[in-house]
Amino acid sequence: MKLDDLLSHSSEWLKGSGPNSDIVISSRIRLARNIMARFFPHWADKTQGDETAGIIYQAIQKVEYLKRNTYFKLSEMDNVDKQFLVERHLMSREQASKPNSKAVVIDDDEIISIMINEEDHLRLQVMKSGFDLLDAWEIMNRIDDALSKELSFAFSSEYGYLTACPTNTGTGMRGSVMLHLPALVMLRTIDKVLSAIAKLSFTTRGLYGEGTQAIGNFFQISNQISLGHNEDEIISNINGLIRQVIEHEETARGVLLKQQKTLLEDRVWRSLGILKNSFIISSQETTELLSMLRLGIDLNIIKDTDRRTVNELFILIQPAHLQKLESKKLNSQERDIKRASLIRSKLIK
Amino acid sequence: MLCDVCAANPATVHLTEIVDEQMTELHLCEECAKNKSSEMEQQFGLADLLAGLSDLGKGAIETKESLKIKCSNCGLTYADFKKVGRLGCSECYNSFRKYLLPLLKRIHGSNKHYGKMPLVLAKPLKTKSDIEELKVKLQKAVSIEDFEEAARVRDIIKKLENSEPKDKDTP
Repeated sequence: MKLDDLLSHSSEWLKGSGPNSDIVISSRIRLARNIMARFFPHWADKTQGDETAGIIYQAIQKVEYLKRNTYFKLSEMDNVDKQFLVERHLMSREQASKPNSKAVVIDDDEIISIMINEEDHLRLQVMKSGFDLLDAWEIMNRIDDALSKELSFAFSSEYGYLTACPTNTGTGMRGSVMLHLPALVMLRTIDKVLSAIAKLSFTTRGLYGEGTQAIGNFFQISNQISLGHNEDEIISNINGLIRQVIEHEETARGVLLKQQKTLLEDRVWRSLGILKNSFIISSQETTELLSMLRLGIDLNIIKDTDRRTVNELFILIQPAHLQKLESKKLNSQERDIKRASLIRSKLIK
Repeated sequence: MLCDVCAANPATVHLTEIVDEQMTELHLCEECAKNKSSEMEQQFGLADLLAGLSDLGKGAIETKESLKIKCSNCGLTYADFKKVGRLGCSECYNSFRKYLLPLLKRIHGSNKHYGKMPLVLAKPLKTKSDIEELKVKLQKAVSIEDFEEAARVRDIIKKLENSEPKDKDTP
């Protein structure tokens, strides 16, 4: 598989299917793993780092579930290609920023990605559409077990999997769920929900993980604690919390429909109107408008556009995707023009 | 006021830094502040949080000596760890154990792992944690004077201890 092949098919997590997919975009499990006694990526020199990457890729090749994969060496990729993988959530921004000895392995279905030499030797990720952390964990668990036969993972019976940063020690696991919460934002009750989440030692982030702002009413919620609870407990804790957030959003949507129906319909239809009739549009504005359009589809206000089209647009309108579609570098103004024409072509039938 | 670093442009950003309990004020122009901020991103944020957390811990008291402790495998010092917030290798967990245990407790509310383990280690380790669990049971049984149960548990522990391999292969 080549990088450009990814353009023509869409990621599993964007399907817009799976449990609670009107509110939950995707569920993701991430594991941090390291090889015993080998220097962690930030402390290793280039020779050691390259050697580690080699050992890991050899092990990956032996794992049945990972047979159909592609290996991308970061030092051989240009900035647009790196950004492209970040936009698809196959790689972190941190991984893209310093390419030394780093690589990413992506399975052909785009469900599994493995970052090599990020903060830890291995960062395994499984991403599914909708609210289904348990399913993602089952896939992850099998891959982790298979890899643990090939690599001697750094592990202590006392504090579990040993990671570069003590915030990941233990299970090395983060479960995160990406939610679309426009009604809570519109009713201005989102801050209450978010501060309650923070008190329960969970983190909320924006669309692109650490340090990103919540744009387009997307919120990623994940566990902060990785030690002292087993994997099933961590998942069931997140699930319990997410169920409550979903309930709040459902109630808020009900309130909007009941008390502010005209206002809601006005915002949804105006958003669609702008999206269908723009010739220059920024990614920020697009994301906000697509969020309203998605809400309109979820609430059956808009019937002739499907969720998947909108989900895919969220990713296709990002800078690197636009440049890959056009097969050339575009400056910011050129991107705004290309973005508008892409949106029109997808939404006007 | 001119920028403290380049002394050419007017200072528009004013910073207060605390280094070794000494407060210093820095007045920077926009350009120099940008350079400084990428430098500071390394220092503050997570590393700072971790440093702060371990200082707050009730565990081992850190001295100038403790900062000099070096990991026998990778050579990272405890001072390095405090600066970057990242350990150097898995052996660091042994080398800095005294300071890491309270830190893990502060971060996670626990310093004991209950989750899965690598397949290749699963067997011997399982026995080990089983024994620990059984020892707690034994104590409980003794404390409530349930000697029948205590004898039963004691026998299981003996059996498991004999079956456990002698070589301990984990850090």
